[in-house]
Amino acid sequence: MSNPTDCRYTREHEWVRKDGDTYVVGITHYAQDSLGDVVFVELPEVGAAISRGASFGVVESVKAASDLYAPVSGEIVEVNERLRDEPDLVNHHPYEAGWMLRVKVSADSSLDDLMDADAYAAFLETVH
Amino acid sequence: MSGFISTTPAERDAMLSRIGVSTIDQLFEDLPAEHYRPDLDLPPGLSELETWQLLRKLSETNLDLERHPNFLGAGAYRHFVPAAIGHLISRGEFLTSYTPYQPEVSQGTLQAVYEWQSIVCALTGMDISNASVYDAGTGTGEAARMACALTRRRRVLVLDTVNPRYREVLATYASGPDIDVETVPAFTARPDGTLGRVTDFSSKIDSSVACMIIQQPNFLGWMEQVEGLSDALSSVGAILVVIADPVSLGVIRPPGAYGAGIVVGEGKWTGGPVDFGGPLVGMFACRKDFVRQMPGRIVGSTIDGDGRKGYVLTLATREQHIRREKATSNICTAEALIALATTIYFCHLGPVGLREVAEQSIQKAHYLASRISQVPGYTVQSTAPWLYEFPIHCPKPAAQVNEALLAAGIIGGYDLGLEDPALAHSLLLCCTEVTPRSDIDRLVDVLGSL
Repeated sequence: MSNPTDCRYTREHEWVRKDGDTYVVGITHYAQDSLGDVVFVELPEVGAAISRGASFGVVESVKAASDLYAPVSGEIVEVNERLRDEPDLVNHHPYEAGWMLRVKVSADSSLDDLMDADAYAAFLETVH
Repeated sequence: MSGFISTTPAERDAMLSRIGVSTIDQLFEDLPAEHYRPDLDLPPGLSELETWQLLRKLSETNLDLERHPNFLGAGAYRHFVPAAIGHLISRGEFLTSYTPYQPEVSQGTLQAVYEWQSIVCALTGMDISNASVYDAGTGTGEAARMACALTRRRRVLVLDTVNPRYREVLATYASGPDIDVETVPAFTARPDGTLGRVTDFSSKIDSSVACMIIQQPNFLGWMEQVEGLSDALSSVGAILVVIADPVSLGVIRPPGAYGAGIVVGEGKWTGGPVDFGGPLVGMFACRKDFVRQMPGRIVGSTIDGDGRKGYVLTLATREQHIRREKATSNICTAEALIALATTIYFCHLGPVGLREVAEQSIQKAHYLASRISQVPGYTVQSTAPWLYEFPIHCPKPAAQVNEALLAAGIIGGYDLGLEDPALAHSLLLCCTEVTPRSDIDRLVDVLGSL
């Protein structure tokens, strides 16, 4: 699966995509593949503040539990409620139906120093 | 088999020579002599016969519950232990088995724990049980931490009619994660010497509360008023935690029926003798949607690669060896052997037998109470519905009453003055199905003579 070009990427394998005046966040194909079958996603509450680089939740598979790190700072306006009963959406549709957070960010420019799709692909070569 | 046979002197000499020493003692020559071979000043060794005689003499200085009338409860209860229990748990397969990490060779242990979990759910009315925790006290602490993790709040309410020992353990569990435990008064002392029940806690319940912990029946033996309590708590998103007594669950509504979210309890007394108060086994169960924050081991039922039913440890990603500091708890064990003893008890008695144990305990205690209420100077202090424990107000301090009872060969009740100086004249008495009527009548006679 190639990484969507309308997203930006972190070194911790989260993606973020601008959608209107909010930003949508999830984890990448590489992340879900490494985790294995996702069984639970622990997400923060709507209204909570997140801070770039800080942990905002946990994704659990049958063999591991990994922290999720915020690619941007801001306020959470929506979380993906479908993940409560269908955590496998993260595995099968990591960039669409498996999205995790919708965030209202404090400043637009914070996406620029995240990797684009090509840079992320190059980065993945170094972590294999 | 050869891997289990110890080394021969010739093999030891060869190993020593290989590393360049001639005796094993030389391997320890860096240790100061006074620590390696200290002079312990022990008496000469005794023969097996002499040792047996000495230990028997020492053990006979104990006053034990088997040979003396006993009315002591307060969290530890003497029930009849069927012989089948000791016989089955002494089997090597159960007695020496370890945590079943490898399901291929542990189906017996795993199935036994699964039975325990199933029975705990059936008794408590909860959806999921774990493999057990150490005891009801630590179970209470774990339940508080779990409720705080689930609600993301830090305030825990606990009634002062919860066993004081459990409340002390709760305070310890709360001190690390900065949980604020508030003790809520749940009884009042009336002018006539009786004790009344507080039923309205609404002033305490608000959206800062993670959970309220009650014990049913409570430490003083009576039933807490639970109608409307779980509704009041859930309306602010708080959880009702109930510490339940398994024997009582033979006759009263299970906590699941009145809205409990987490249930803990002490399982030891239905499965083993009182001994010295341990080892114990903590029941721990919760609603299905809380399972990801439940501590402890969980055994699940599944299908293997050949389609056969089997059991495994499951939901391991909750636990601290994977979640580390994000886990609810660091417990990574269970009291499996004691849980097995209690499981055998429940299977042996069944719901009909358990009900009879509870009913006999209740009837005997109520008979004792009705006889004591006829003795001048003594007052039965319970005014709420109660089961098999009740406080009495004595004309003398409870400690003195107990001393006098002991002089008459009777193990009395629990001196409530140890918990609250205002209750120094209150003695907490308990009867179980093993309390003979003759013991009850004797107690009444001695109390009347004081």
